[in-house]
Amino acid sequence: MTDQSTPLLEVEDLAVEFATPDGVVRAVDGLSYSVTAGRTLAIVGESGSGKSVSSMAVMGLLQMPPARIVRGAIRFKGQDLLTLGPKQHRAFCGSHIAMVFQDALTALNPVHTVGWQLTEALRARRKMSRREATTRAVELLDMVKVPNAKERVKDYPHQFSGGMRQRVMIASALAMDPEVLIADEPTTALDVTVQAQIMTLLSEIQAERDMGLVLITHDMGVVANVADDVTVMYAGRAVEQASVFDVYSSAAHPYTRALLRSIPRLDRKGAGLEVIPGRPPDPTAVPSGCPFHPRCAYAEDVCRVDPPPPQHVLPYDRTAACHFAERVREEGGAVR
Amino acid sequence: MTDTDVVLEVRDLAKSYPVRRGVVFKREVGTVRAVDGVSLTLRRGKTLGLVGESGSGKSTLAKLLVGVEKPTRGQILVDGVDVSELGRADRRRLRSTLQMVFQDPYTSLNPRMSVGEIVGEAYAIHPDVTPPGGRDKAVRELLDRVGLNPDHVNRYPHQFSGGQRQRIGIARALAVRPRILICDEPVSALDVSIQGQVVNLLEELQDDLGLSYLFIAHDLSVVRHIADEVAVMYLGRIVEAGGDAEVYDRTSHPYTRALMSAVPVPDPTRREDRAIVLEGDMPSPSDPPSGCHFHTRCWLAPTVADPSSGETRPDGARIPSVCRHDSPKLAPQESPDHLAACHFALDAPRR
Repeated sequence: MTDQSTPLLEVEDLAVEFATPDGVVRAVDGLSYSVTAGRTLAIVGESGSGKSVSSMAVMGLLQMPPARIVRGAIRFKGQDLLTLGPKQHRAFCGSHIAMVFQDALTALNPVHTVGWQLTEALRARRKMSRREATTRAVELLDMVKVPNAKERVKDYPHQFSGGMRQRVMIASALAMDPEVLIADEPTTALDVTVQAQIMTLLSEIQAERDMGLVLITHDMGVVANVADDVTVMYAGRAVEQASVFDVYSSAAHPYTRALLRSIPRLDRKGAGLEVIPGRPPDPTAVPSGCPFHPRCAYAEDVCRVDPPPPQHVLPYDRTAACHFAERVREEGGAVR
Repeated sequence: MTDTDVVLEVRDLAKSYPVRRGVVFKREVGTVRAVDGVSLTLRRGKTLGLVGESGSGKSTLAKLLVGVEKPTRGQILVDGVDVSELGRADRRRLRSTLQMVFQDPYTSLNPRMSVGEIVGEAYAIHPDVTPPGGRDKAVRELLDRVGLNPDHVNRYPHQFSGGQRQRIGIARALAVRPRILICDEPVSALDVSIQGQVVNLLEELQDDLGLSYLFIAHDLSVVRHIADEVAVMYLGRIVEAGGDAEVYDRTSHPYTRALMSAVPVPDPTRREDRAIVLEGDMPSPSDPPSGCHFHTRCWLAPTVADPSSGETRPDGARIPSVCRHDSPKLAPQESPDHLAACHFALDAPRR
């Protein structure tokens, strides 16, 4: 493992807005996180929490307008990518940060062979010859354990199963030897047995190359299995940031706690699921004060007025954005 | 079986689709056995969980049960009456006892119809359920029943969130006062915090109305939570079935074992628990493996193979020849209601 203290990727106080017909929507509001080599950060949240928008911002893939980065910094080894022009930003990411998307079928081009798509970047950026590029494509498919890679490079995406397509996506993300990989719900559309295969593959590749991995997901089971650190997002904000063990043993934000208690578990049969009342806020009308207060069991008057800033919680290497974070942590014990 | 508690019984049900090739002169080059001899029983007020990966045939089974597809073979008995022997009118009446809740609340509701029209449409098809004058009132009661505001009857689906749309889908299914609900992946398209709400609503409705559910899902945790009995499907066949505790705690089929082992436990201190990772994808149902369908991916077979006899699998592992040549029958395990289709079933729990 390389130096743990210098982060590869640092996001600081990022805020992203969208202009919509219903007014300006703040999709990400003051998000900060960092990833170091060899470690996995899981960003957890429900739909509309801003987890995907924030990674699109990191990759320079937001359509601007309607999107606008209001403030913040995205640094790779100290260099702020937001000071680059959009083109340079994307070019920089191309060789340092890669992304794996959720839906492998729509992310791959149906009219080109898998080999062609894997080598597109190599031919364009590294000026490889066709033959060199094809050899590299076979290597990449071997790396992600696609059987019979030599023949499969000539196949089209529809000839691959869902799990194999996701492997191809991972291979294409690895083509430029990235130092940070952002995986946005990489297993959501897959069956559990295939999900297990893909997560195992990602962990192996990460360990082999000492990559920083940002895993965006809503699945608390997957997070428990692969993450080192966890950022929980709600309504565009990071409501809790802590090590994976702290999050599961003593969640300090009521939302994290409620989320952990609401998932059905295979290893025990409970009576009646605990449920988070209400639903995630409409991004055009985020509640005042703490955005979680209408659904929160701990909410008091202060929560309706003052948005809680992230505050340090024992043992001080973790934060939670809740006025009563310390109390929630003490009662914690999210794992029943 | 003459058990009066059985509301739905499926006997040796099968559905195969022809595979055709050619543009002008289409010829049949094979068949896909989507459902291949499935037998199930659903009891009054109980939930039967049907688990399987995509391609296992669970959705085809649902289509057969609600009559969208006709079975190639086998019987469907509702309250002991064979559906295929009924005339048109009787069959229509029977439809109202068996309703379906769909997976995707975004595409299963017509965007041009108001909620009132969607839920009330069933009364036009089954007019005997509620007299014409009382229909508006019935629709409002249903919306209230599933936790929606009855004043929203004139709103359109796009004005609702995913969880609320699924409630509309449930209200629509309940409109004709069914006794059986076929729920095909009813919560898998919903956010985590919303899934629990819908699962709890289904449980409440079951207690209040005495409904029986066939709950189809790929998520074993949700099924564990809601089901009284569980059946596991692989390539069109049931490979294990039994009470919830039997299937989950005394698992006898190696496929069920692998499936459960693949579900990540939300507890970071138990990462090491995961033992079995299945290799490869599920084989195509148009060309299923011989003998036991699971033998190509089975983790148990190589461990029980006799090194001197037996056969070699494409991945190099030696497996017992019985696995490749004989299709195992569903056979009782320690308890007579717990069935598993594996030649070496009893070996599985001990490993």
